[in-house]
Amino acid sequence: MEHYHMNLNLKVWRQKNSKTKGDFKTYQVKNISSEMSFLEMFDVLNEQLITEGEEPVAFDHDCREGICGMCSMYINGKPHGPWQANTTCQLHMRAFKDGDTIVVEPWRANAFPVIKDLTVDRSSFDRIIQAGGYISVNTGNAVDGNALPINKDNADNSFAAAMCIGCGACVAACKNSSAMLFLSAKVSHLALLPQGEPERKSRVMNMVAQMDKEGFGACTNTGACEATCPKEISLTNIARLNSEYLSASLSADK
Amino acid sequence: MLNAKIPSGPLENKWADYKGHCKLVNPANKRKLEVIVVGTGLAGASAAASLGELGYKVKAFCFQDSPRRAHSIAAQGGINAAKNYQNDGDSVFRLFYDTIKGGDYRAREANVHRLAEVSTNIIDQCVAQGVPFAREYGGLLSNRSFGGTQVQRTFYAAGQTGQQLLIGAYQALERQVALGNVTMYSRHEMLEVVTIDGKARGIIARDLVNGQLERHFGHAVLLCSGGYGNVFYLSTNAMGSNVTAAWKAHKKGAAFANPCFTQIHPTCIPVSGDHQSKLTLMSESLRNDGRIWVPKKQNDTRKATDIPEEERDYYLERRYPAFGNLVPRDVASRAAKERCDAGYGVGSSKQAVYLDYADAILRYGKIEAGKQGKSNLPESDIIALGKEVVKAKYGNLFDMYEKITGENPYEVPMRIYPAVHYTMGGLWVDYELQTTVPGLYALGEANFSDHGANRLGASALMQGLADGYFVIPYTLGNNLADEIYNKAIETSHPAFEEAEKAVSDRIHQLMNIKGKQSVESFHKRLGKIMWDKCGMARNKEGLEQAIREIQALKKEFWSDVRIPGEINEMNTELDKANRVADFIELGELMCVDALNRNESCGGHFREEYQTPEGEALRDDAGFMYVSAWELKGEHQWQLHQEPLNYEVIKPTQRNYK
Amino acid sequence: MTWKQVFTSSVGKKLVMGLTGISLVLFLIVHAGINACVFADLANPNENGEMFNKAAHFMGSTVLIRLMEIGLFAGIILHIYQGYLLTLENNQKRAVGYAVTYKDGSKWYSRSMGLLGTLILIFLILHLYHFWVSARFTHKGLEPVTYNGVEMHNMFGLMKATFSEWWIIAVYTAGCISLAYHLAHGFQSAFRTMGVYNNRYTTMLTSVGYAYSIIIALAFILMPLSFKLGWIG
Repeated sequence: MEHYHMNLNLKVWRQKNSKTKGDFKTYQVKNISSEMSFLEMFDVLNEQLITEGEEPVAFDHDCREGICGMCSMYINGKPHGPWQANTTCQLHMRAFKDGDTIVVEPWRANAFPVIKDLTVDRSSFDRIIQAGGYISVNTGNAVDGNALPINKDNADNSFAAAMCIGCGACVAACKNSSAMLFLSAKVSHLALLPQGEPERKSRVMNMVAQMDKEGFGACTNTGACEATCPKEISLTNIARLNSEYLSASLSADK
Repeated sequence: MLNAKIPSGPLENKWADYKGHCKLVNPANKRKLEVIVVGTGLAGASAAASLGELGYKVKAFCFQDSPRRAHSIAAQGGINAAKNYQNDGDSVFRLFYDTIKGGDYRAREANVHRLAEVSTNIIDQCVAQGVPFAREYGGLLSNRSFGGTQVQRTFYAAGQTGQQLLIGAYQALERQVALGNVTMYSRHEMLEVVTIDGKARGIIARDLVNGQLERHFGHAVLLCSGGYGNVFYLSTNAMGSNVTAAWKAHKKGAAFANPCFTQIHPTCIPVSGDHQSKLTLMSESLRNDGRIWVPKKQNDTRKATDIPEEERDYYLERRYPAFGNLVPRDVASRAAKERCDAGYGVGSSKQAVYLDYADAILRYGKIEAGKQGKSNLPESDIIALGKEVVKAKYGNLFDMYEKITGENPYEVPMRIYPAVHYTMGGLWVDYELQTTVPGLYALGEANFSDHGANRLGASALMQGLADGYFVIPYTLGNNLADEIYNKAIETSHPAFEEAEKAVSDRIHQLMNIKGKQSVESFHKRLGKIMWDKCGMARNKEGLEQAIREIQALKKEFWSDVRIPGEINEMNTELDKANRVADFIELGELMCVDALNRNESCGGHFREEYQTPEGEALRDDAGFMYVSAWELKGEHQWQLHQEPLNYEVIKPTQRNYK
Repeated sequence: MTWKQVFTSSVGKKLVMGLTGISLVLFLIVHAGINACVFADLANPNENGEMFNKAAHFMGSTVLIRLMEIGLFAGIILHIYQGYLLTLENNQKRAVGYAVTYKDGSKWYSRSMGLLGTLILIFLILHLYHFWVSARFTHKGLEPVTYNGVEMHNMFGLMKATFSEWWIIAVYTAGCISLAYHLAHGFQSAFRTMGVYNNRYTTMLTSVGYAYSIIIALAFILMPLSFKLGWIG
């Protein structure tokens, strides 16, 4: 892989806090190595801003290895930037070339209000989990791990859904700002396991109700979420959620 | 000062006896007792959830935007448990033994035995929570082997075991939040421990969104804030991982134990340049199938694929025939450093060795061809089959490698180099996980207790969850039983006021320096001092020099750091400055500890103390103790020694040959 | 969970769209089938729309079918109302939009169901005015015709007269193309919304959906065109 250096124009959304209106600001960064990660390029920008006496750009990030789900930039019209199945922190500057202009925006959705610059509030996701995204088993209640064999396909599909990192790219990508992919990943993860069975119906009902309350839109199956998901969570999960929801409502008591 | 409170009696009965005799708090009283949990990784989330289930009023804090982001999530390989599902001779004793031996005989027997005992409960609990562990076709749990052991006892979920376990604990935590038993404070950083009459009674936390300081009372405070590997600037830790909570506790009187015991993980992606902000680990499980080598010729500039088999030095297999590529992490890391220092390193930086999958691909390809009943396949087809198998087992790791380096690891060997990964040291705790400050506890990586001088792979997840799910619910109750008469203290108490003022003063002091250098630049310099002089190999001279350099760096930091922005708003530079200031002080203590320990053991390798073959040379007569450091004043610490008494295991030189 | 809660939830609202959508899909098959009778003319030049007129008469005079027609209209109205409501609500979920929109991850027509639906609605109004209003109420432009002693409307004649102008044919063609794209997404989406998740069926339904959309649209476009070009009538 050939290494190279580049100069870039960055158009970055700056917003002081949730109450003020933001706008784009343009910056130049020079001599960026193709080996850098996208966030390391932002580190360079921020060092530059600090030297110039400006405030650095606030952005969420933590593990920088694509698993914590904290990084959240909308880069050139796609959550997490141009690469497939990737997070912003794992996007490397090889993806760009000298002279490029890169537009960086925060996740946009009413349910994800901007806190500052590129940082948004995704606590709505936590509240969706609180509504039922768990199995009610107190510590110490468990039977032996091998007491209940689980069909390998179900276990694998459950794992594939459980890989969701809760980054919110699905919401950011969706024209309806729907959280259905996130929600369905959790519903699928637990519905596919026998341990999830007892709360299966109430879980899907309550989680959907909470999602609606948080102000996410409805799913219209466009598939934008799946296409941008860093963990390639399948759209199939949304169909499975619909199935779970339908069967739960048909068998509801009142 | 140090009373480890290890129960008497035979080792295998200690924990059962403790549980049978510890004091209990009745449910009505639990509701009146408030517990603060700082950090929501495996230890914190599992503790907060379990204590919430029991009925305590819990407040949990994390600096991230959600408890699910804690860095436990990045653990890849797996979690150990003495289930012996594979019928390969595993047992609680063997897990205990391997962990003590892996830790180079610097861990407490009683704690480690308890860890091995509850390891099996952890797997059961996680399965019940819906953690989708890997399974066999029969529907039963699958296991794999890991470094430093000869049995298959590691449970895993592809390369995302930490993620799955953390999500399990996170879900349990969110359930308690929904039930009102736990109040969650995200984007909050603990900046001070409040002590009243010598007991920890709360914390001062800063809301990282609006910069406001908050006072929180707790009958007990649990620090589950992880390790301090970021003192090296470059590590596999998350960007936000920090020592601040533990360091504040240390400054309030909690002893800090074995700070110099840091684990350097052998299989990380090498540094690519000065811009590097963090290092990425490639799971140790890769050593199951990959072979590590360097060229036999120094400064060999040929491409890896052009170097013929007979000119390759599989140095781990050569030096350690019994364990081969699966020797413990400290041994593997040092061996890699030794080869690179001797001029055999590869890649542009020469600070890397090869991790080669060509043999494994061929081997799996042949097995697969056999399964499909195809004989006489051309080698290219066998390789294609083998790649499929390797992809199924390690695909996500290979993808990650390719994203970061731009090289295809199915075609060319990966380049790896050791990197700081885990810190065995931490706040000193007794058997009950209580620090030397009453009412203040430390769980998970934040404490020092279970891994001695070196942690075995797949043991960190085990310890974090053991502490949170199965230990603290008992030991905390034992201490809180005496607190039921104490009502919650109003946060208008002078102690809270004083603590808040101290925090506020420090923040103002930082903001008012208005110097020229960024926080990041100081952190990088600190990291370089630590890595060069207190990293994989240390010596007296270097450590003494490091201490002087760190002291000078501290002065410079406090007179020339530049923090833009305001106090009462989101200010990520201020957050960082608070953390780096603490890292600088910790760095000094690490060097002090390393300098004191005139022996080599586990992750602590003093160049003056090695065998003729270059292996670590322990000094059991002189140093079979835990170094617990008490802060006495600026740059001044007093050493307290907790002797380690091995009643069951007889320490020997670790032998992986 | 009451029915109200179910059908006012985001999933439930979509379920209404899916169910009404599928019923309209079924209706279109019947509609296309009946209309295809006009092509009997191709086989027998003396036919002059007899088969089609009889079929239309049957549809118009059978009580059960008239009752189903009420259901059909209810479905259409619900589909339109709910569709607009959803589009409106969904659009409001992002008060501040993006400077660069994300286009690569989804098909343009899947993002444009509201727009396509509106185009179809405009076409539908014109279409209902041309035929349904005339057949049911005004009888404008309808000649009586008698087969085997039974008198009925000459719908075939009305079609022929209507499809004599190019602009009408253009509008019908545009309406049918909109319909094709609407269905290309709507067909498979409806089944997903109704909870069909097995890959086996979703793959099949997606292919069937594309085939259906193209065939239905072509069948409908072919009719006005055939009249205008004098292939039939």
